[in-house]
Amino acid sequence: MLKYVFKRILAMIPVLFIISIVIFGTVKAMPGDEVTAYFGAGSKVTQEQRDHVRELLGLDKSLPEQYVRWVGRMCTGDLGSSITLKKPVGTIIGDYVWNTFYLNVVSLIVALIFAIPVGIKQAVKKGTVFDNFWTVFSLLGISVPTFFFALVLIFFVGLQIPGMPINGMRDTMLSSFGYSSIFQEIGDIALHSILPVIVLAFSSFASFSRYVRNSMVEVINMDYVRTARSKGLKEKTVIYKHAFKNAQIPLVTLLGLYIPSLFSGAVILESVFIWPGIGKVLIDAINQRDNSLVMACLMFSALLMLLGNLLSDICYTLVDPRIKVDE
Amino acid sequence: MAKKNAVVLESGEKIESIGPWTIAWRKFKQNRVAMAGLIIFVLIVVAVIVIPPMLGYSVNDYDLSNPNLAPGGEHLLGTDKQGRDCLFRLFLGGRISIMVGIIAAVITVILGCTIGGISGYYGGKLDNVLMRFAEIVYSLPFTPMIIAVASTMLWVPQSQKMYTVSLLIGLLSWPGLARLVRGQILTLREQEFMQACEALGISDFSKIFKHLLPNVISLVIVNATLQMASAILTEAGLSFLGMGVTAPTPSWGNLMNLARDSYVFQNYPWEWMPAGLMCLLTVISINLIGEGLRDAFDPKELQ
Repeated sequence: MLKYVFKRILAMIPVLFIISIVIFGTVKAMPGDEVTAYFGAGSKVTQEQRDHVRELLGLDKSLPEQYVRWVGRMCTGDLGSSITLKKPVGTIIGDYVWNTFYLNVVSLIVALIFAIPVGIKQAVKKGTVFDNFWTVFSLLGISVPTFFFALVLIFFVGLQIPGMPINGMRDTMLSSFGYSSIFQEIGDIALHSILPVIVLAFSSFASFSRYVRNSMVEVINMDYVRTARSKGLKEKTVIYKHAFKNAQIPLVTLLGLYIPSLFSGAVILESVFIWPGIGKVLIDAINQRDNSLVMACLMFSALLMLLGNLLSDICYTLVDPRIKVDE
Repeated sequence: MAKKNAVVLESGEKIESIGPWTIAWRKFKQNRVAMAGLIIFVLIVVAVIVIPPMLGYSVNDYDLSNPNLAPGGEHLLGTDKQGRDCLFRLFLGGRISIMVGIIAAVITVILGCTIGGISGYYGGKLDNVLMRFAEIVYSLPFTPMIIAVASTMLWVPQSQKMYTVSLLIGLLSWPGLARLVRGQILTLREQEFMQACEALGISDFSKIFKHLLPNVISLVIVNATLQMASAILTEAGLSFLGMGVTAPTPSWGNLMNLARDSYVFQNYPWEWMPAGLMCLLTVISINLIGEGLRDAFDPKELQ
C-alpha cells in the first residue's frame, strides 16, 4: 500500500510540471501590465520608478527565464508576493484558506447529516411518494445555478429578516472595534455563515443523497441482506448495519475526492456572499492582474485536485478489502 | 400492411423484431418523469426560437425614456435600465445559453470519443500518453481556469464571445468522457467481431469509428445530455461574473449579472429573476431527459 501511494505521488510530479507550464502561459497571456497594477491605475510615477519595479518583479527577463525563476522559487516554498495586497502570497493563502475551509466543512457536515438518512430511507421506500419527493428535491439541487439560489435566498430571506447579514464573514463595526468576547466573535461568524451554508449544503446534499440512495438500492436486494433478515435480525440492524456497510464504499470514495476540495473555494459563490475565502481572492487577483497570486491560487487548486484523486483511490482500497492495488 | 422488420410465421402469427433504439424509445416513453422533461425542453427550445421574432424588437432597441418599467402593459416582463424589453431579452438570452450548451456538449463528445477511442484501441504507450494528458486537463481547476483563459481573450469581438465560452468549456470537459469510452473500448476490442474486422482487413480508422464507437453510443448520448446541462450552468456562472457572454448580447447568465447592482437586485427583480428560473427549468428538464435515457439504455432493466 505504502509503495502504491509513493508511486502515485511520484507520478504526480510530471503532471504538476506540465500544469505549471499551462498556468504560467495562461497568466502571462492575460492582457494588462503588472507594473501598472503595482502602482494602481492612474498613479503618476516616473519612468525610472516603473523600470525599477519592473526589474524588482523580474519582468525585464525573458519569459522562459521568468518561468524557471518562478518554479525554482516555488520549489523552495517561496510563492512570491502579491503586488496588490503587498504581502507574501503564502501568507495570503494561509490566511484566507481557513475561511473557505470553515465554510465548506460546516456545509459538508450539514449536508451529510441530512443526506445519509434521507438516501437510505429513499432506497428502503423505493418508488413511493417519499422517494419521488426527495428525488425531485435533489434534482433541483444539482440543476440550480448555485449563485441564483444564493440570490433568491438573499432576496426572499436575507432582506426580509431584519439584522440578517447577507454578505461578508464578520460584522464590520464589531470586527473593527474588536469583539468583547470570543463567544461574540463565534456568534457573529455563525450568523454570517447561515445563508452561504444553506446554499452550499443544498448542492452537496443533492449529490450525496443521490449517491447514498443509488448504492443502497443496489445493495438492498442482495442475498446477504436477505440472509440477515431471515436470521431474524431487526429491520433497523439489517438496513443500517448490514446493508449500509457495503453501500458506504462509493460514498467514502466520493468523500475522499471531496476532502481536498474543502480547501478550494467556490469562486462564484464566494463572490456573491463576499466571503473572504480563497475563491474570492483568486477572482480579485485575476481582475487586478496580480499575477503571482493568480498563479499560486491556480497551482494550489490543481494540487488539491490531484490529491483528491489519489485520496479517493486510497479510500477505495481501504474501505473495500476485495480490491487490490497492483503495485 | 406488413411492417418493416416484421416476420410472419406459417401459423399466421406475426413476430415483430425490434431494434435497440425502439426498445429504448419504448422504455423512455413509459417513463413519465423523463417524458415530462422532454416536453418541457422542447417547449423551451420552441419558445426561444419563436418568441423573439414575434415580439419584433432587436438587441439594440434602447428606449431611454422608459427605463425599469414594472411588468405589465406593453412590456409583459417590464424593461431594464436602458428601456429594453425584458421578455425579449429573456428568450433571446435563452437562445444563446442553449446554443452554448449544445456546442460545448458537441465539442466534448467529439474530443472524448476520439481520444478515448484511439487510446482504448491502440493501448500501450499511446494510451499512456493520452490518458496522462487527460489527467492533466482534468486536474486544471475548472472555473478559475476558464475565467483566467477567458480574460486573455479580450480581443474576441463581443458577438463571438459565446463561441469562445463554448469552446473553453468543451476543451476542459472531455477527460471524463474519454476515460469512460476508453474503458469500454478496452473490453470491446477483445471480442470476436473485432477479429472478424481484422480478417476483413478493415482500416483502423473504420474499426474505431464504425465498429467500436457505435457500441458505446448509449453511454455517449447520456453523457452528452448531462454535459449540456452542466455547460449551461457553467456559462451562467461565467457570464454572471462578467467573464462569459457580455452585453449587449443577452444570455441567462449575464441577465442575472444585473443583480450584482444592489439597487436593481432589490427593486427590479423582474430584470434578473426570470432568467434564473428559466435556466433552472431548462437544466432540470435536460437532467430529467438524461436520467430517463440512462434508464432506457440500461440492459439490466429489460422488461
